[in-house]
Amino acid sequence: MQSFLQKFGRLLVIWLPVGWLSIFFILPLFEMVNVSMSEARRAVPPYNPALQIGKEGISFKPVIDNYLLIYEYWEDYLWPAVNSIRLAFFSTLYCLLFAYPMALWIARSRKTLQHILLVLVLMPFWTSSLLRMYALIGLLNPNGVINDFLISAGFIVAPIQMMQTDFSIYSGMILTYLPLMILPLYASLVRLDDSVLEAAADLGAKQWDIFRTIILPLSMPGVIAGCLLVFIPAVGEFVIPALLGGPEQLMLGKVIWTEFFRNRDWPVAAAIAIILIVIIILPIVYARYQDKEGIT
Amino acid sequence: MHPFIRIQNIQKKYGKLLAVDDVSLDLERGELFSLLGPSGCGKTTLLRILAGFETPTEGSVEIDGQDMAHVDPADRPVNIMFQNYALFPHMSVSRNIAYGLKRASFSANEIDVRVEELLNLVHLSGMEERKPSTLSGGQRQRVALARALARRPKLLLLDEPLAALDKKLRSETQFELVNIQEQLGTTFIVVTHDQEEAMTLSTRIGVMNDGRLVQLGTPNEIYEKPETRFVADFVGEISFLEATVKERTGDFWVLAAAVPIHVICEEDLIFGQKVNLAIRPEKLTLTSEPTGHLNEFPVEIDDWAFYGAGTQYRLIGPGDIKLKVYQSHNHPSQTHPKRLEKGYVHFLPDALIILEG
Repeated sequence: MQSFLQKFGRLLVIWLPVGWLSIFFILPLFEMVNVSMSEARRAVPPYNPALQIGKEGISFKPVIDNYLLIYEYWEDYLWPAVNSIRLAFFSTLYCLLFAYPMALWIARSRKTLQHILLVLVLMPFWTSSLLRMYALIGLLNPNGVINDFLISAGFIVAPIQMMQTDFSIYSGMILTYLPLMILPLYASLVRLDDSVLEAAADLGAKQWDIFRTIILPLSMPGVIAGCLLVFIPAVGEFVIPALLGGPEQLMLGKVIWTEFFRNRDWPVAAAIAIILIVIIILPIVYARYQDKEGIT
Repeated sequence: MHPFIRIQNIQKKYGKLLAVDDVSLDLERGELFSLLGPSGCGKTTLLRILAGFETPTEGSVEIDGQDMAHVDPADRPVNIMFQNYALFPHMSVSRNIAYGLKRASFSANEIDVRVEELLNLVHLSGMEERKPSTLSGGQRQRVALARALARRPKLLLLDEPLAALDKKLRSETQFELVNIQEQLGTTFIVVTHDQEEAMTLSTRIGVMNDGRLVQLGTPNEIYEKPETRFVADFVGEISFLEATVKERTGDFWVLAAAVPIHVICEEDLIFGQKVNLAIRPEKLTLTSEPTGHLNEFPVEIDDWAFYGAGTQYRLIGPGDIKLKVYQSHNHPSQTHPKRLEKGYVHFLPDALIILEG
């Protein structure tokens, strides 16, 4: 009885998440591939499924028209894709540059201070992302808090254009994604052994040398994890650029939204989404490959 | 002549806690010195002061005539071998060893030559490309030693160098460490809480307790002539007894305990003075029948433990004195008194240690 329960318990522990993921992750993904290879039509749902399971049995008639359409009008999709990747790339880079010193500082502080600082890092997550974006708009607007202060203090005469610039977009991106970078960096930096750093100093390494030859290589797993955690959602991001950026900043995520809701062309929207997934998966595969080849 | 290493009146306070309390110590070039003491006695703090990781609250350190007060750890002619070895996990054995050489701007050629020399010295040739995680404890220890020796420091500090090794490996490594030290002539300071390690390794030992250097001497002096009860107890096995000085007959002082004890000693004793005595287990001889020796008295055997090369007994003597006796198994036919049997012990008049205070 005991062994049956144990066996059953073990199976449950393994298969419950597997079942959950199959139903709510794998299945929708297949459905999206299915939709992307279906014909659009004016009906509900607005497509003729490629894979049909009915009384007549299973029929699978995939079409690649949607992908061909994207290929044909590639110029319409290229710039949103470039915008999205550029946004994701620079957001990741800026987050890394901001997060690394912070993570290092947190990891090297006293244990009690560490907990306080980590809570502060996570604090922004306690309010809605949208709310934080509107707060940022309130700060950066031509008649926002910063401009008002600078004008009343007499530093400037006319308000500085901060909204609808790269500055406002990346401010929003960093504000949103910074914790996702800090946490994995902190996790890898906090494991650094003090005596290893002292050994380096003892062997003649100065501060910068210790950072370059010991701290940075040993924190690479954290750097890779943090970059993936920021890059992946940033590629699909369109709310932040839409709110903070100018109208010319068309993102791939926005294009999908438009195809789906405006044009009601689900197959094309799905096809773009599939292409986006491929774009996202490539750097992960590359990172995994790097991970296995390089430092362990 | 100026000593090679001069540690003068070093004091280190952490808030109100006095970690190192007025330690002064001179070392000659090429010494293998051990700082021995229980954990928390300040020996590691002293080591870290020498390496430059801690600044002393007071006092000074001079190495080869050069004051170390404002010298960075990176620039000191001192290297340290850490207790956990602190190898760089992402670097191969040879890159670990070459690390210090690269910082000192040696040419690539010189580095290769020296790394190879060091690998030979610590018997790790052929392991150049291995990562520390793939090495055994003993191999890691040798990589750490080679890395610490690479810059040819004037002083090498070793923090519990053998603590992480198992017993068999430890005794082998002990000899190897001494060999390497003699070969190179580098001055070594070993920090350890293991009295056996300190005894076998060093030319001199400094025993520390509560931040103070309580006794300084050769291993033999520390073992045979401990000055305080702490040192006597900390280093090796020992039994304590108390007695009063009674009279002088010929060469002997006669002390009154539960039985009269005859003692030969250099110190002048005062009649009526209470003295604390100590005796090492191997200085006592246990027999089943009385032998008629001086300083002999009957005992009860309370307990015993077999050590292979010998047996240690716990005895209860007259007046409830507790004694430890070590009997070496040097006679195959020797019979050993069993548990709870009675016997007799005797010791030579110069075997007793008279402790201060």
